[in-house]
Amino acid sequence: MFAFIISRLLQALPVMFTVSLISFAMFAYVGDPVAIMLGQDFTEAQRQQLIRDLGLDQPFFVQFATFLGNAVQGEFGLSYRLSRPVAELIAERAPATLELAFTAAFIALAVGVPMGVYTGLYRNSWLSRFFLTFSLIGVSLPTFLIGILLILTFSVWLGWLPSFGRGEVTRLGWWSTGFLTWSGIKALILPAITLGLFQLTLIMRLVRSEMMEVLRTDYIKFARARGLSNRAVHFGHALKNTLVPVITIAGLQLGGIIAFAIVTETVFQWPGMGLLFIQSVGAADIPVMAAYLMLIALVFVTINLIVDLLYYAVDPRLRVGRGKGH
Amino acid sequence: MSLLEVKNLRVEFPTRRGTLVALDDVSFAIAPGEVLGVVGESGAGKSMTGAAIIGLLEPPGRIAGGQILLEGRRIDNLPYEQMRRIRGREIGAIFQDPLTTLNPLYTVGRQLVETMTTHLPIGPGEARERAIGWLEQVGIPAARERIDSYPHEFSGGMRQRVVIALALCAEPKLIVADEPTTALDVSIQAQVIALLKRLAREKGTAMMLVTHDMGVIAETADRVAVMYAGRIAEIGPVREVVKHANHPYSQGLMASIPPLDRRVERLQQIEGAMPRLSAIPKGCAYNPRCPHAFDRCQTERPDLMPAGRTEAACWLHAEGSAR
Repeated sequence: MFAFIISRLLQALPVMFTVSLISFAMFAYVGDPVAIMLGQDFTEAQRQQLIRDLGLDQPFFVQFATFLGNAVQGEFGLSYRLSRPVAELIAERAPATLELAFTAAFIALAVGVPMGVYTGLYRNSWLSRFFLTFSLIGVSLPTFLIGILLILTFSVWLGWLPSFGRGEVTRLGWWSTGFLTWSGIKALILPAITLGLFQLTLIMRLVRSEMMEVLRTDYIKFARARGLSNRAVHFGHALKNTLVPVITIAGLQLGGIIAFAIVTETVFQWPGMGLLFIQSVGAADIPVMAAYLMLIALVFVTINLIVDLLYYAVDPRLRVGRGKGH
Repeated sequence: MSLLEVKNLRVEFPTRRGTLVALDDVSFAIAPGEVLGVVGESGAGKSMTGAAIIGLLEPPGRIAGGQILLEGRRIDNLPYEQMRRIRGREIGAIFQDPLTTLNPLYTVGRQLVETMTTHLPIGPGEARERAIGWLEQVGIPAARERIDSYPHEFSGGMRQRVVIALALCAEPKLIVADEPTTALDVSIQAQVIALLKRLAREKGTAMMLVTHDMGVIAETADRVAVMYAGRIAEIGPVREVVKHANHPYSQGLMASIPPLDRRVERLQQIEGAMPRLSAIPKGCAYNPRCPHAFDRCQTERPDLMPAGRTEAACWLHAEGSAR
């Protein structure tokens, strides 16, 4: 088990290295930080001085090594746009995005899995047909449109929920949470639904097709032949056998939700990393973009590790040797 | 009284091109403790009969006529929940392929325990002790340690032993064994059959043994039913059917078994193939392949009638038949 985690972490290293090379290359080849920082009015001496200060006269690999060393310590320099440390900016924004992403993922799983099980079991009921039609809408409508429609309905017409922002947040150390205030929770509902709807329908369709597949297997027939209750057959035997593909997709989707919450955050003016990223792109704020890229790579690598560990927990066939302990 | 009685069972599959009759007018009985062998070619309806008895016909297949009685009580028209309580508890089932019959994600102990706690008034602790006992009885070595193993940690033969334990653990009165040895290595087949036979005798469990292995039937069954194209062609005591078959189809079937006691140049084979369900001929379904067919066979369908010491569905044995 321990060796398994170590080997996975070692496999993650080349990935992180490659991503850091790409994000560093942005500094070297996209835009000119010197020109951006100096502004309109400068002398050649000032320019040379700044180039030396920033270490831009050093060879590429020396610069890259310095960048890597700093990155490992969470040091990504100053934002060109806001003149504040990038690490600080991201730490400030991360809680908003993570709370939004995990709420969306929770909704997607908590609603998508039962809907998938239901539609897999009762293929021809009218409710299943309704769910399937509804899922088609979720899959085919673009996120921004869903967000805008939700705002129109629940904020403009009904006036139940706020249309933008995070509401009141409570600070717990460096983490700011919206879960502890009523206005924070209310503000979270619409963006979380918007962000989670696509994943929800995807998970529902996946669970449905996996259930239909598993229900045809011999061990399900045998479980029925043993006279087990429907509940034991459907949830104990069938659902657990659908979990491996569901975990794979849910893991990838969670990474996707965190990384690409950009559209939802823009629609709802959600003060998260996605909004920070899109503003940074607008201003060619390369340190922020580079740090964001690395952070997202780290998120994917971490999620993949967790997914692998979950496989291990779900499917005994993947465990090496005798199935003793974990 | 018979333990199981099947009367005029008819199973249909509605399809877009019309209704297929998979089983037609199938009648037989199994006495307590008796082993009934069911033989026939693939698609003759052997497995379908078993599935109908345990109430697990694949949709859209459905029982369209006849009755199935267990100890005199009709079970073919029970609601799902009541039939579920009978499955496992009163009628156990063994399937063909032990590699796919066990849920790969649960230990064999857990699968045994859940079966017993579903049907018997015992707690998980006692069920676990009994599970170990069952694994010992089916010949799993070191059962106490192996109970927490997963199915993939057993060989095919060992898995079929586990399946047998699962089928027997709630002590049913009848076991429907659908080709229990077909997927196993030949060397293992005899062991598994011997085990099944011994346990059935010890527990007084009746068995419907579906197979196309005549050797298994000859050795295990008390009586044998020969099926052809969804009907029973002949039924009778196993020695009579093997040695003195009365239906031309059973005669052909028996002649295709290589005898061990004498040399034969060439095994006999039955010409042609069994008809598809959508094209069962009029009259006796076997008439196009039958060397003895005459006029009546092509127009009128024979029911089972006494023939020698067995019953055969063949006009050759009709009283006053014009041969």
